[in-house]
Amino acid sequence: METLMAIVIGILFTIGTYLILTNQMLRIILGLSLISHAINLMIMVMGGLKQGGPPLLTEKLHTFTDAIPQALILTAIVINFAVTAFLLVLSYRTYKKHGTADMNKLRGNEHE
Amino acid sequence: MNNLLIWPVIMPLIAGLIFILFRNHIRLQRIISLIVMVLVSGISIIIIGQIKNNGIQTLQLGGWQAPYGIGLVGDMFSMLLVLTSSIVSLCCLLFSFKTIGQGREKHYFYSLFLFLITGVNGSFLTGDLFNLYVFFEILLLASYVLVSLGGGKLQLRETMKYVIINVLSSAFFLIGIAYIYSLTGTLNLAHISVRIAEAGQDGFITTVALLFLLVFGIKAGLFLFYWLPGSYQVPPAAISALFAALLTKVGIYAIIRMFTLVFYHEPEITHTMIGVLAALTMILGGIGAIGYWDISRILTYNVIIGSGFILAGLATFTSFGLLGTVYYLVHDMITKALIFLIAGVIIYLTGTRNIKEMSGLIRNHPYLGWMFFIAALALIGIPPLSGFIGKVFITRGSFEAEYYWLGAIGLITSLMILYSLMKIFMNVFWGETILSEDEEKGSTKGLILPLVLLTALTIALGIGPEWIHSYVEIAVDGLMDPEVYIEAVFAGNDIP
Repeated sequence: METLMAIVIGILFTIGTYLILTNQMLRIILGLSLISHAINLMIMVMGGLKQGGPPLLTEKLHTFTDAIPQALILTAIVINFAVTAFLLVLSYRTYKKHGTADMNKLRGNEHE
Repeated sequence: MNNLLIWPVIMPLIAGLIFILFRNHIRLQRIISLIVMVLVSGISIIIIGQIKNNGIQTLQLGGWQAPYGIGLVGDMFSMLLVLTSSIVSLCCLLFSFKTIGQGREKHYFYSLFLFLITGVNGSFLTGDLFNLYVFFEILLLASYVLVSLGGGKLQLRETMKYVIINVLSSAFFLIGIAYIYSLTGTLNLAHISVRIAEAGQDGFITTVALLFLLVFGIKAGLFLFYWLPGSYQVPPAAISALFAALLTKVGIYAIIRMFTLVFYHEPEITHTMIGVLAALTMILGGIGAIGYWDISRILTYNVIIGSGFILAGLATFTSFGLLGTVYYLVHDMITKALIFLIAGVIIYLTGTRNIKEMSGLIRNHPYLGWMFFIAALALIGIPPLSGFIGKVFITRGSFEAEYYWLGAIGLITSLMILYSLMKIFMNVFWGETILSEDEEKGSTKGLILPLVLLTALTIALGIGPEWIHSYVEIAVDGLMDPEVYIEAVFAGNDIP
C-alpha cells in the first residue's frame, strides 16, 4: 500500500512541478496546490498506513493508527486554504492592473 | 513552567483581533498597539532576568509534559531576539503613525502589524517543529498582505513573486517535517535532538538537514534571495524597515536553532555548506549593493550581505563565531531598521529614489545626515559603534576554525558596504542644496523620535557591550551545548 501511495505522490509532484514551470499565473497556483496535496498525502504515509482501529484507549485494540499526522494535515490544509484563497485574489488583482497573466511579462527589470 | 512566556505571543494576537472590530477607531488602535509593544518589551526584559537567575524558562501548554504536548521554550538567545524585535517594531510603529496614511490604517494596518509580531515572537519562542511552521505561516500571511496593501502596480507584481516563492518554500518545510517525523517519531525539537543523538546522524538525516537549510535559507535571504530586493522596496518605509529588521532574521534564527540543537553532528558537511552559501551571499549581495543607484535597492542588498555575514558566524561553529553571530544579529536588527527608516525619510523629502537626483540635504536636515552617517559606520563595523564587536568575534571565529577565506570575504564585503553607503551619503547629503525647505515633498516633523531612539541604541550597544555581554554569553553557552536546552525542556522527566 505504501508503494502505491509513493507512486501517487510522485505523480502529483510531477504534475505540480510541470504546472509551476509554465508562465500562466493560474497554472502556477494550481501547481502549488497540487504540490501541497501531495505533501499532505506524504505526511500521512510517513506516519505509516497501519491497519487498525481509531487511537482510543480500550482493552481490545492492539493496533491503532497514528493520529498525529492527521492532526498535522488538518492544520496544513487550513493554512494552505487561506494562502491559496489569498493568492487567487492577488493574482486576479494583478491581472486587472497589469492586463496580463503572463509571468514573463511581469519580470519588470528594464524600466526601473 | 512560566506563564509569562505566552504573553509576547498572545498579546499582539488578541489586540490585533480586537482591532478588526474597531476598524474606524484609528486613535484607539494606535494607543493600544503602542501599549502592547511596550508591554511585550517589558515582559521580555523580566523573562531575560529570570533566565539569567534560574536558567531556561519553559511553558508546556495545557500541562502536557514534553514531548507529548506543545511547549514554548525561552532561552537567552530567543529572548534577546524577542526583546530586540519588540524595541525595533516599537520604533517602526512610531514611524508609521505619521507616514502610513489613512487608507492603510483603515484597512487593518495595525492588526496586520501585530499579527506579524505574533508570528515573529512565536517563531522565536516555540519548542516544536510543526508549531514553528504554523508561526512562520502566520507571519508570512501577515507579510503578504502588508507588502500588497495599497494595491499599487509594482506592489502587486512583486507580491506575486514573493508569495509564490514562499508558498513553495513552506511546502518544502512540510516535506522536511514529514521526513523528520518518520525518522524520529517526534516533532519536539529537544526530543528530535535526543533521538538523532542516540541513533547518529546518518546520510539520510544530513540530507533532511540540507532540505531544512534550503527552506530557511529562502526565508533568510541566504543565497536564494532573488525575490528579496523586489518585495522589500515596494511597500512604504515603515513596513520595509520592519521586514528588513525582522523577517529575514526569523529565517536566520531558525537556521541557527536547527543547526546548533538538532543537526550538529556532521559540521563538515552541513556547516561547511552554510559557510559556502554565506560567502556566495555576501559576494552577490555586495555586487548588488555597489551596482545600483536606487537608494532602496542598495539598502535591500545590504540586508542580504547582513544575512550572509551572520550565518558565516554559525558556519565556523566555534564559541567566538557564535558570540559574534548573536551580537551581530542584535546589532543588525537595530541598524537595518534605522537605516531603512532614514531612507524612508529621504525618499519622503525628495520624492525620488534615485540618489543621482538628490543633493545637499545636510544643510536643511543636519540631524538626518549625521544619523545616517552613524548608521552607515555601524553597519560597516567601525568602533565604537555596535557592528564592531560582532564583526571582530565572527572574524576571529572564522580564523580559529581555519575558514580563512570566509573571514576574508566577510572583511572584503565590509568594504563593499562602505562603498555603497558612502555613495548614498555623498550623493544625498553633500553637494549643493538643490531642494529648499519649501520645495520638499514632506516634512520630518514627528519622524525624528524613532530615529533618535534607534541611533541611541546603536551607540549604546557599541560603547557598552559589557552591559549585555553576560547575557550574550549565556545565549552562546546554550547554543554550544544542546544538553542545557534538552534538560530544561524535559525538566527531569524520563525521555521516552
